[in-house]
Amino acid sequence: MADLRDLYQEVILDHHKKPRNFHRLEHANRQADGYNPLCGDKLSVFVQVEDGVVKDIGFIGAGCAISTASASMMTESLKGKTEAEAKAIFERFHQLVTNHSAAQPDPATMGKLAVFSGVREYPVRVKCATLAWHTMRAALEGKKETVATE
Amino acid sequence: MATADKIPARPRASFDVRKIREDFPIFKVPINGKSLTYLDNAATTQKPQAVIDAVMHFYTQECANIHRGVHYLSERATESYETSREKVRRFIHAASVREIVFVRGTTEGINLVAQTYGRTRVGPGDEILISGMEHHSNIVPWQILCEEKDARLRIVPINAKGEFIFEEYVRLLSPQTRLVAVTSVSNALGTVNPVREIVRLAHAHNVPVLIDGAQAAQHMEVDVQALDCDFFAFSGHKMYGPTGIGVLYGKERLLEAMPPYQGGGDMISSVTFEKTLYNRLPYKFEAGTPNVAGVIGLGAAIDYLNKAGMENISAHEQDLISYGTLALGALDELRIIGTAKEKASVLSFVVEGIHPHDIGTILDKEGIAIRTGHHCAQPVMEFFGIPATARASLGLYNTREDIETLVGGLRKVIEVFR
Repeated sequence: MADLRDLYQEVILDHHKKPRNFHRLEHANRQADGYNPLCGDKLSVFVQVEDGVVKDIGFIGAGCAISTASASMMTESLKGKTEAEAKAIFERFHQLVTNHSAAQPDPATMGKLAVFSGVREYPVRVKCATLAWHTMRAALEGKKETVATE
Repeated sequence: MATADKIPARPRASFDVRKIREDFPIFKVPINGKSLTYLDNAATTQKPQAVIDAVMHFYTQECANIHRGVHYLSERATESYETSREKVRRFIHAASVREIVFVRGTTEGINLVAQTYGRTRVGPGDEILISGMEHHSNIVPWQILCEEKDARLRIVPINAKGEFIFEEYVRLLSPQTRLVAVTSVSNALGTVNPVREIVRLAHAHNVPVLIDGAQAAQHMEVDVQALDCDFFAFSGHKMYGPTGIGVLYGKERLLEAMPPYQGGGDMISSVTFEKTLYNRLPYKFEAGTPNVAGVIGLGAAIDYLNKAGMENISAHEQDLISYGTLALGALDELRIIGTAKEKASVLSFVVEGIHPHDIGTILDKEGIAIRTGHHCAQPVMEFFGIPATARASLGLYNTREDIETLVGGLRKVIEVFR
């Protein structure tokens, strides 16, 4: 049985307490809203894309520690990445938090995001960890409707 | 905790919680390596061995369909099924077994009333009156009805303590009101509503009342005749019985006048292609093969509750809720949501800066089961301006030690997030 600290690692708690890029982007040209009805987590992701590159990204909203930290660390990891890279990182992140098999990405390639590997022991919390990412992808794809992880 | 300790324990000779716990096999199952502290009774209750045995006995010794076969097993099954109906009648003090309709649960009971009584009695411009603390199952069936009939759903608001505002009820009850539907006990807040007064006032306006008893029947004595309510719905699984079985009580006069809910076998007395005659009460509302094992299990749950004594259960749980309110109140970071003068079973709370889901996950690691989320009462969450709460809900097998374990777990949660 996984230890509690595998889920609530210091870095996750730190991003929960002091979320990075936690603001509306005035110059954003992409935006989407996400909602997790089970927890009541709500957030909006703002992205400024220039020449296919994520120039800037921010988010606002309220949620649990896992969803807030995931959103915060997502914004840090995606700045400067191309849209295709951003979606590919999400794919790998999704594998990281859901997959128990060998198909799981090597944590070494995940950088700081590897701290979320503990989430896979808590299936009900996967939606918390991925809400910001689904919302980010919807923003890049220009989807208007609220993303609901239910 | 010092404050909580000041409440003296009131031991009751006839109610031994240690013995009661031994009746529930789940408490022998380790949860995350810890012994189980089960505080999610408002969602569902655990089952005593007697209920499990009754269901097992039906499937191993008596399994047959009811009301049909002339053979031995069918007669036995029918007898057990109808004996349970009589147990339910006595349990809620109904005048007749004709008033006891078996349904899947409270939700189906309310939908039955909305779709039969509601559809025949509610028209354009009419109003259905509910309260601001209802579970979604006592909101949505009325919304569906109102939309279909161009009627209006009106809401009696609640105050900051989570109490029903009676003055608003007096104001909202109007010549257009066709039905009042309120919960006896709020699942999200624990508020006990003044249902007797609610019924009395509605009847003074010739308006019938449906009581959602999902959070009441397992915590307090229910007497539908003294209450004089017109409908009362409750669920077996929240009162230590099986899932998938519940009861709708309805006054015979009203049930007689209502059209059937579903058509099928057992609800008819004769069928031709020209005309079908419906069966007498309560079978008119029990189309198809019912949940026979569930009904028998519910009968065993009622026997169990009677043996423990509803009065004892109420007193025991009231002691726990007073103790729990003080013990949780001693945590500075914690705020109790729902502070009504009269409460039953439920301690809903939020902790400053910590999302209920994080609380739930950390407590789970300690073997403590609570519910987190909106508890199917999103309007209540909206009223308090919060996305969710953590909710501990008590049952007859809980102890002061369970509350202390919860408080210890919450201290750990606060520690992790400090």
